[in-house]
Amino acid sequence: MFEVPGLGDLNVAATLPVTSLVLGTCILLIVDLFVPTDRKHITAWLAALGIGVLLVLALLALGEITEFGDGEEAFSGMFVADAFTDMINVIALITALLGVMVAYNYLERTGIQRGEYYVLLLFATAGVMFMGAAGDLVVVFVALELLSIPLYILSGFRRPQEASEESALKYFLLGAFASGFLVYGIALIYGATGTTNLHDIWQAAGDIVAGHKSGRFLLLGGAGLALVGLGFKVAAVPFHMWTPDVYQGAPTPVVAYMSVAAKAGGFAAMARVLASGLSNFALDPGEAAVWQDTVWLLAILTMLLGNVVAIVQTDLKRLLAYSSIAHAGYILIAVAAAGTAAVADEAVQSVAIYLMAYALTNVGAFAVIVAVERDDATNTGLDSMRGLANARPWLAAAMALFMFSLTGIPLTAGFVGKWFVFKAALAADLIPAAVVGVVTSLVSAFYYLRIVWLMYFEESEVEVSTPWPLAWAIGVASVGTLLLGMLPYILTDMVREITLAFGG
Amino acid sequence: MENFFDLVPLVVFLPLAGLLINLFAGKQLGETGVSIVAVGASAAAFLVAVLLWIAQVDTGYQAAVIDAPLLGDWISIPSAGVNIPWQFRVDTLSVTMMLVVTGVGSLIHFYAVGYMHGDERFPRFFVYMNLFLVFMLLLVTGNNFLMMFVGWEGVGLCSYLLIGFWFDKPGGEGWKNSDAARKAFIVNRIGDFGLILGMLITFWTFGTLDYYLPDEKPLVAHTETADVEAHQAGQAAGSAGLMGVFNQAETWLEEGDHQVEFGLFSLSFEATLTVITLLFLLGAAGKSAQIPLFVWLPDAMAGPTPVSAFIHAATMVTAGVYMMVRSNVFYHASDVSSFVVTLVGASTAIVAGFIAVGQWDIKRVLAYSTVSQLGFMVAAVGVGAYAAAMFHLVTHAFFKALLFLASGSVIHGMEHGHHHLEHDGEHVHDETFDPQDMRFMGGLRRKMPLTYWTYLSGTLALAGIIPFAGFWSKDEILADALKLGVDEGRLDGYLGFAILLIAAVFTAFYMWRQVSMIFLGGPRHNAADHAEESGTVMIAPLVVLAFFSLVAGMINIPGGFPVLDSLFGEHKFTGWLEHSVTYAHAGQFEGLLATSAVVLALAAIFAARAVYNNRALKDLSHDPLELDERTSGMFALANAKLYWDEFYFKFIIYPFQRAARWLAEQLDWHFWHDFVHENVIYRHFQRVTDFLTQPVDRGIIDRAFIRLAEWTQALAARVRVIQTGYVRTYALSVLLGALLVMVIILFPVIRELLGI
Amino acid sequence: MTLNEWIFVGLFLMAGWMLPVVPLLLGYWLAPRRPNPVKKQIYECGVQTVGSAWVQFRAQYYVFALVFVAFDVELVFLFPWALAYNKLGLFALFEMAVFILLLVVALVYTWRKGALEWS
Repeated sequence: MFEVPGLGDLNVAATLPVTSLVLGTCILLIVDLFVPTDRKHITAWLAALGIGVLLVLALLALGEITEFGDGEEAFSGMFVADAFTDMINVIALITALLGVMVAYNYLERTGIQRGEYYVLLLFATAGVMFMGAAGDLVVVFVALELLSIPLYILSGFRRPQEASEESALKYFLLGAFASGFLVYGIALIYGATGTTNLHDIWQAAGDIVAGHKSGRFLLLGGAGLALVGLGFKVAAVPFHMWTPDVYQGAPTPVVAYMSVAAKAGGFAAMARVLASGLSNFALDPGEAAVWQDTVWLLAILTMLLGNVVAIVQTDLKRLLAYSSIAHAGYILIAVAAAGTAAVADEAVQSVAIYLMAYALTNVGAFAVIVAVERDDATNTGLDSMRGLANARPWLAAAMALFMFSLTGIPLTAGFVGKWFVFKAALAADLIPAAVVGVVTSLVSAFYYLRIVWLMYFEESEVEVSTPWPLAWAIGVASVGTLLLGMLPYILTDMVREITLAFGG
Repeated sequence: MENFFDLVPLVVFLPLAGLLINLFAGKQLGETGVSIVAVGASAAAFLVAVLLWIAQVDTGYQAAVIDAPLLGDWISIPSAGVNIPWQFRVDTLSVTMMLVVTGVGSLIHFYAVGYMHGDERFPRFFVYMNLFLVFMLLLVTGNNFLMMFVGWEGVGLCSYLLIGFWFDKPGGEGWKNSDAARKAFIVNRIGDFGLILGMLITFWTFGTLDYYLPDEKPLVAHTETADVEAHQAGQAAGSAGLMGVFNQAETWLEEGDHQVEFGLFSLSFEATLTVITLLFLLGAAGKSAQIPLFVWLPDAMAGPTPVSAFIHAATMVTAGVYMMVRSNVFYHASDVSSFVVTLVGASTAIVAGFIAVGQWDIKRVLAYSTVSQLGFMVAAVGVGAYAAAMFHLVTHAFFKALLFLASGSVIHGMEHGHHHLEHDGEHVHDETFDPQDMRFMGGLRRKMPLTYWTYLSGTLALAGIIPFAGFWSKDEILADALKLGVDEGRLDGYLGFAILLIAAVFTAFYMWRQVSMIFLGGPRHNAADHAEESGTVMIAPLVVLAFFSLVAGMINIPGGFPVLDSLFGEHKFTGWLEHSVTYAHAGQFEGLLATSAVVLALAAIFAARAVYNNRALKDLSHDPLELDERTSGMFALANAKLYWDEFYFKFIIYPFQRAARWLAEQLDWHFWHDFVHENVIYRHFQRVTDFLTQPVDRGIIDRAFIRLAEWTQALAARVRVIQTGYVRTYALSVLLGALLVMVIILFPVIRELLGI
Repeated sequence: MTLNEWIFVGLFLMAGWMLPVVPLLLGYWLAPRRPNPVKKQIYECGVQTVGSAWVQFRAQYYVFALVFVAFDVELVFLFPWALAYNKLGLFALFEMAVFILLLVVALVYTWRKGALEWS
């Protein structure tokens, strides 16, 4: 019988980080209505301020200095506030802050300085944060839509530019298509287990594995379809086709934000659904989870395709699109590793580490593209990097650093991420995936370092604009990349508490 | 009153504040502002020193250790047991030094305001001067050897900066100045090397560098006056390792048979102390200009005269003596070192005194005189007369500062006269004229009466004529040396006494020679004829210092001296020092000795008067001693400074240069570069790389990689075709992908179903 | 789980397909075909069609429609909530307040943006 929950069961305190963000965004939406059109920077400032405050609080919560949004569950288990939530909060907020800084002047100079930009960005951020806190499949879905829909709109934010509109429409259509798979998957899982709560699913899955309960096929199908839906969000091959087109067409600051936020959200959901809810769903008791093989096969496909195709790209945004596909592959390895119960924690921690490293590096790289991009959205080809080192040594150095980090060269954050991911993969005996990962990393050096080559060894006229918010964003990103690369224990300390698998 | 001790950091920080103000705002403040700040800072530090003095008297001469603000745990490595805090030590010895440094320093600052007037780098000069004060005060106030070393090095740096202050003087002068600065710095480095080695061994031996820990009383192990209770307390503390170096030394000395382990070998504690003290002596020889490292000091006169007075007469050079007095426990324990110290000091005294006789430059004479007097002090340490050494240090600070400042006044007057001449156009520009050369002077008594009288007072003090300050201190050193010889039958006592007595005779002689040449007779150059008395700012400090040169000796009237002992009290100064210098002991008045010393000095003065009589002074292009064939050889030797610099050049610097050149050319260039690099490494490397590039790299690796790259690119191009840009294609791909995923994930189940 | 369970699924799928397909096929087979121009016209509430069906609508219409749908759906939620309110208590009040607040924010936004003005 349905039990009526009391107001105290809501445990709103646990949800404070994200609910205060949503509330603040709603207020910002209203406030923005009263901000004159030529003063939209006020909205940007307010957004940045809000993110900043939340980020500080989230970092403090992560460091267990304050209790901001602590407590186990809220809304009858639909919302989970644990170390993973804190970590995803931090990643999401850092990305959002950098996203605002990167966009600030770009929007102004391209004439699309509209307050909705920041509001949508904040809603998407809230989506990511909800995803990190999801304790229920329904929340997963709602969070995914809360993340995706603002991103669809943001992709088309530069209307009436055709490329931007086209990318928005493509993204929307395909995204909706993929959401359908996810919903279908959720429905099947519900059908098999009779619940949408992840903890209950876990218990039911245990029963199913032990043979106390039927519904194995349904659960398998549900897991597969959910994997399809989430795989689309993180741009895993073969659900990646939208990525290059959308990245190329959407306004660059949006891509900078989206490339990280969508991935963070998608992988947070995967971690919650697969590594937590379905972690014990094996064909026979004691074996690795059933979805493990599928995930690492996808990972290999993703790494291979992303890295190989990136080689022939001539447009920076497209190149980074394929690069982001490739990086999804690396993270997928870690997700796959989480299927082995013994290394589940380590694997999920490595996912978080990789996301953090990737967030700083990738936003930074896109920020450099924002700097070289012209007002008419041209000059994003590889040629735009030519001779950058002479004209803007610091900018070029930052870009080189990001490229090194994306390649995974030691002393950069990217290396740390890859290191932990491969370590988890080896611990889970996913040797083929790890080998392909290392080999494709080497291949990736080809196109990443070509950019460095262009910057340092070729000559050309360059025209670059780096107003201070952008410069600061690049600076913060590069300092972060370098710092996390040189002091990896910062990262490992951050994720130390993360453990997703349900006990027993 | 004990609260006053907490003021001691101010002694360092006040000049520091002054220098910072002048450093950043010197240009804006102007000469007046800079002067007020610099002199004010110095005077304020002096005031603090006076307060500390009063507090010392008031608290019954309690030594106090004050932690420096903020930097208390200056160097602390808990795991290694290294703890060298920055602590200030206020005891009678350090307060004496503070008073001398800040007191004389303030007067010299004041004087420098007049002397440096109009210099384009006026603010910078005072920044350096205040910086010098800061370091000198660090040196004397620290409670451990490392703090002292910081000050020690800083003082060396400041002397380098100040000696070379006029590095850009035209006509090659600037080069001479900067050469002198470098010489001072390098020679001092040799001494520093000794000091730091000594410090390292000290630390190795005792595990600490603190003189005494806070609340620790000095022990006296060998004398009956030892406070038994404190002694036992000290021993108890010593077993726990909670003692400063000196008390540990005392404890071990009393226990006897203490071995110090040096890894491969061990030394008896006494031998270790001998090593330490000899190394310290090397340090002192550098800073206090003793044989063999005294050569820098005469050259250092290249700096502005206030610098000469300040650094090279009154304060910096006393650092070595201070350090040795501070380490009196060590020196007392080592007879070998004491003997060496006595010899070094005494021979320095006589060598420098001899050289001074043959110099023409007014400041150079004073410089050698300083070296000679420092020899007196060092010899005093050697014969165990630590109080006498400090006493002489104090009185010498007064009259030597006075003499330098007065000489500065003379030089100023001469330059003034020279300018005057040029202005009037009477005299064509004289290339050979040198305002410091005594041969161009003469008869200045009438032109500059105040300078003359103050100079005379300084001269008499230096010569050791009763009742001037120098008499008392020098006499005490002589008496102590003799006493050591007579009472304990020690050879170094006799030797020291004899040599120092002769040196004292030389002192009186060359000082009177100088007075005669500068002030007596008639002017030998038009510039001297037109010289004028200096301004009040410069004269005032002279008068003050002259007063102290006259009366400073009264602070330590030897016991048994008629009349005065009851008037001023017997050896007050020694009594004051005894509270911090363990082995300070009072000198007894030896009437015969004192009389004979004064008589000898007077005789020397009269001899000088006879040689440099009015007739000789009329035309002084040559020294009368030079003309007399009996003494001409000696004079030439003195004039050439005993060929000391030449000796160094020929036997140290030149061989060193030769060796360096040989090493550079033969070893580094011919052998290392030409042979090893060019032939061995480079040639072989090339051969290997040739092989690697041609057949291996181009043939195998390149071809493989080009193939791989072509293949990858072809593949990529083919894959790219799928990327059509149509949503329907993409959707289809998603659908197919979904099918793929479903097949993969359901594969085990399908297999199961089909029974494969 | 045995194969039998899947039979029901298959039956269900087949029945689902048949429900629309069978009538269409029946009509195709059974109905007589005698076409004339009037019969072949596009059926639209008995009125003759005018012009092409490919016409442009004002964009405003979609905005209106969207806002309408939003508030329409709101009612769908509000109605059962109101019926069960007595049993649900404070918890439900809070939830619904949040829900309505969000809608109010949306409404204010649309209003300020001028989307509710037909001009």
